[in-house]
Amino acid sequence: MTRLVSVPPAAQLAPLIHNYSEAAAAKRRQLALGLAVAAAVLLVSAVGAEVQPVTLWNKIGNFTSYFDRLLKLDNGARVWTDPYEWFWGLARWSRLLGETLLIAYVATITGAVGAFVAAAPASRNLMRHASVRFAVRRCLEFCRTVPDIVFALIFVAAFGLGALPGILAVALHTTGTLGKLFTEVVENIDMGPVEGVASTGGSGLAQVRFAVTPQVLSNLVSYALLRFEINVRGATVIGFVGAGGIGQDLIVAIRKFYYSDVSAMLLMIIATVMIIDMISARLRHRLLAMENPQ
Amino acid sequence: MNRSGGLHETLVTQGLELFARDPDVLKPGLRQKIPLLALGTAAAGVYFAALMALDISPSNIISGLGRLTNIAVLMFPPNPESWARVLLYLGALGQTLAIAFIGTLLGAILGCPFGFLAARNVVANRLIHFLSRRCLDTVRSVDTLIWALIWINVVGLGPFAGALAIMSSDLGAYGKLFSEAIEAADRKPVDGVLSAGGSRLHAIRFGMLPQVLPVFASQILYFFESNTRSATIIGIVGAGGIGLQLFEQIRVLEWQQVSFLILMVLITVAAIDWTSQRLRTAIIGQRA
Repeated sequence: MTRLVSVPPAAQLAPLIHNYSEAAAAKRRQLALGLAVAAAVLLVSAVGAEVQPVTLWNKIGNFTSYFDRLLKLDNGARVWTDPYEWFWGLARWSRLLGETLLIAYVATITGAVGAFVAAAPASRNLMRHASVRFAVRRCLEFCRTVPDIVFALIFVAAFGLGALPGILAVALHTTGTLGKLFTEVVENIDMGPVEGVASTGGSGLAQVRFAVTPQVLSNLVSYALLRFEINVRGATVIGFVGAGGIGQDLIVAIRKFYYSDVSAMLLMIIATVMIIDMISARLRHRLLAMENPQ
Repeated sequence: MNRSGGLHETLVTQGLELFARDPDVLKPGLRQKIPLLALGTAAAGVYFAALMALDISPSNIISGLGRLTNIAVLMFPPNPESWARVLLYLGALGQTLAIAFIGTLLGAILGCPFGFLAARNVVANRLIHFLSRRCLDTVRSVDTLIWALIWINVVGLGPFAGALAIMSSDLGAYGKLFSEAIEAADRKPVDGVLSAGGSRLHAIRFGMLPQVLPVFASQILYFFESNTRSATIIGIVGAGGIGLQLFEQIRVLEWQQVSFLILMVLITVAAIDWTSQRLRTAIIGQRA
């Protein structure tokens, strides 16, 4: 084979090869160290989380048979042989699922309004006082970090069982998450219109109404829609702690091993979530299309 | 107004003249506003109808707020009462982190092949592509808590069920995100490996993987952050971690303990956010 590349003499080559192997070895050492640390953390976590691969291996049959049982009616027949028996509680479950959707809807709108109100004092370009900004931002962070189901637990203690604690919990969490996003949107606006309104003597409220809102509205609605999708999922489980919606019936069915009921409700939830995701994705694309030609 | 009366008058008359000349430009008719108004009214209408349907009245809210204020007052100051309890809670917090870590890792490992299967540029078969996407969507629509309940039936109560639940619910999201990262990858290194006589597996290993690995790593870190939040609540259904303690303390109305636990969670989540942000910039910055 003809050689196309000229190779320098050995004396010249030796230091280059040495440097290369040094560099390669250093990289390998780094990788090995990283892997060792990861393995150590993994081992500690495995002990902490009581990971039992043997149990899992022995009982993985339970997992497949669980789904097998999910698809069986009480009399042992497959669920799809008797849809009437399978979906015997359709009316009740539809009502509860509707309640779940309403909880998600009301909570998203309430949370979005709260986030909109909080966004102006939290953004750097509209709020001059750093202390106010700091306070509002910490509040939003608190609402964002505490999971909605923890809020729901506390609110159930205060408001009693029902949809109200669920709505408030999801709304509060939504205010936290949307507040952060809205603030980022508001901080990225063109300040020209704001200065224009301010120079004609417009108040802070007028500035927000006529200069800020037209710039950010479609973006905010798009974020709120995205949050609605997430809240629908969240609202399905909020009933686990007694805060309304289909979660109440679902957890009872799972705990009491009403297998066919569980599969029917899960199927309804999955279908609803998928349909809502699809509609909302369409709407968001529309919104983006509406915004771009401007 | 009196001070600049003359100027004011001039401005108003000029404004009116302008208005009279180009009414169409300056006064956008109702017609343009109709879609937006209709949408807004519809949204508000559904909102208030929903409030009625859910049986929510101002009196409920006010009386509940009163009780909530009482609870909030009872929460201060956060107080674990004894060091034994602090240790117990710290152990539970460690367990939560372990659940999140194991769940994230297992989900990532299992999500990888799904990501490649669902990526359009790796598997050209439309049917496989479609089926894997729909499977991932289905897995994703089931909440972590529901997965936890299912896994409790398989491996029994405890943190292991929690880790498996986090793995399952992440699997769907990982598959989707990974497949998007793979589809966005540059095609040239893959072609290079193939043209040098490499097999398809070689092309994925040497052409694709170096490109997508940093993206995967930063997404995994992001998921670890969000999973610590999920892992704090997974104990509510009996799958281990600090959620179990939180649930117990709320049930027995020990509000000072509750606020202490929430404080612990807040601090931990903040610390993890900070660390993972550092790591993420390190990973992406190093390779970019």
